Amino acid sequence: MANPSAVCNGHLHHHHQKQNNLLKSGIYKKNGITKGIKKNGISNGTLYKKKFVEHFEQAPMYVAVFTFLGFGVGTIFGYLRDFMRAWGLEKRNIATEREQQKDFVPLYQDFENFYTRNLYMRIRDNWNRPICSVPGPQFDLMERVTDDYNWTFRFTGRIIKNVINMGSYNYLGFAETDVNALKTVTIELQKYGTGICSTRQEMGTLDKHVELEKLVAKFLGVEDAMVFGMGFATNSMNIPALVGKGCLILSDELNHTSLVLGARLSGATIRIFKHNNIQSLEKLLRDAIIYGQPRSRRAWRKIIILVEGIYSMEGSIVRLPEIVSLKKKYKAYLYLDEAHSIGAVGATGRGVVEYFGMSPDDVDVLMGTFTKSFGAAGGYIAGKKDLVDYLRTHSHSAVYATSMCPPVAEQIIRAMKCVMGLDGTTQGLQRVRQLGKNTRYFRRRLHEMGFIIYGNDDSPVVPLLLYMPGKIGAFARRMLEKNIGVVVVGFPATPITESRARFCVSASHTREMLDTVLNALDELGDFLHLKYSRYSKSSHPELYEETRLELED
Amino acid sequence: MDLKSMKNYLYWLYCQFELITCSYLMEPWEKLLFYTFNITMLITVLYTAYIFVPVHISTAFQFFLHLFGNQHEKTVSVVK
Repeated sequence: MANPSAVCNGHLHHHHQKQNNLLKSGIYKKNGITKGIKKNGISNGTLYKKKFVEHFEQAPMYVAVFTFLGFGVGTIFGYLRDFMRAWGLEKRNIATEREQQKDFVPLYQDFENFYTRNLYMRIRDNWNRPICSVPGPQFDLMERVTDDYNWTFRFTGRIIKNVINMGSYNYLGFAETDVNALKTVTIELQKYGTGICSTRQEMGTLDKHVELEKLVAKFLGVEDAMVFGMGFATNSMNIPALVGKGCLILSDELNHTSLVLGARLSGATIRIFKHNNIQSLEKLLRDAIIYGQPRSRRAWRKIIILVEGIYSMEGSIVRLPEIVSLKKKYKAYLYLDEAHSIGAVGATGRGVVEYFGMSPDDVDVLMGTFTKSFGAAGGYIAGKKDLVDYLRTHSHSAVYATSMCPPVAEQIIRAMKCVMGLDGTTQGLQRVRQLGKNTRYFRRRLHEMGFIIYGNDDSPVVPLLLYMPGKIGAFARRMLEKNIGVVVVGFPATPITESRARFCVSASHTREMLDTVLNALDELGDFLHLKYSRYSKSSHPELYEETRLELED
Repeated sequence: MDLKSMKNYLYWLYCQFELITCSYLMEPWEKLLFYTFNITMLITVLYTAYIFVPVHISTAFQFFLHLFGNQHEKTVSVVK
């Protein structure tokens, strides 16, 4: 394939014709016909320049029946155990009210606590596993055993070495301990130490922060940026500064907790639209503009749409071109949370804005974190200079939270320079390309094997559906026996019937590692009977017609 | 060889049963309780079927024969 991206000064040129030029020459239709370059607009007349394929296949009906059966049996035994605990036939291991508080309103009787006591505790050994090395493509795990069915753990002292890491958000592989790579970080550590001991507005703004903010702005192609010490706090502390009472927030169904918390803290009215569903969003926008605020019928002060670049539980990518056209039509603001997509998608790793070939001026507030692709901690908000200047004075995080510490800032600077190519090598671009290759290979093989995988074909987050509660524990334990560490997720992070295992592909995974994981998954899929897909592709691509599009539910 | 693969298949089926009904997650005494209950119910159902089903089937057979008329008087005597 011809080299599609002309990288000058670490930037793709943003002129419209040049943009069409670069992207068109790189994106071929599957049957080999290339699209010609047209002067006045997109040649095929739609908003999407390349195919947008997402899968959300539903499992056969018997799977749902069995899932409910499993939960039913678990619930019955939960009631039995609770009864035994209440009547003293069994020792109580978790929090209960004191004797004197027995007549008060009960604290631990709701469903969440019931679920935690009786279902989560049985498979608790699959979460919170302590590791004792850098979370690169492989890590070392501290072995722990339980004597009383997961109520308490003890460490045996043995360390399980070189477990393949399919759970860390290490998309570009910058979580590394190579001395040469961390040279500048060591120098800065010795120059500045580790503590800042102040907030941004007092004594906590260092020259490192200014350098980092300029670099982030240049990376994203915007006017200015501001960095914060914690990614979660970036969302939850800055949304209240941007919206308030009398404003309307339109938030996606599956938004992350930090966005939900920020929206609730702001005091604005929140309306939810169906996940990635443009018709639902448009209906809400129209209703908001026609009917205005609930009782006074006044116009809303501000309408802001909160979406994420890649949704980490589904692996789906936001439909950015359609949302931007909607926002321009109805004059709303757009807040894009690129926590998982910055560095991970796009031809040069600049996120979903570049993935769809759009200009960063289309999005009003660009937010992202450095935790996932840059191997550091913290978040940023970028956009127009007026916006960032306002946030510098009015954000809770800027006024009260400690700023980012200098070695971490230096790690982000060196990682970003690597991705942009400013350090003189092409290592950054190679990492981005390697991630793309690994993602496509992994997803293709999993589809061929017959698993149900959610999400877009280009997203490095791969959720594999498990459905039944019994299989969650079995899957994670058996994968660990094969020396592969995976993250399994169940209720309440996912709907109760759709528990899944979530893989995060990394640029530092070699082909052998991925093959090991895929072979283990194949074996385990047969043993646990996880291959529910009815659309599994054959391993002979010539016999399989390529124009099939998956319809999403 | 067939016996071994049969045994493997049965073990796999048992594992599937364990996973689907969450008995994989239960402590040993809970498993005992659960399996005892299940096997008791199964035996009860089978015993009931053994006693009642032949009587029901013969009654139904007679009923349908009567329904289709008294033409074949000679063949009626097959059933007592």
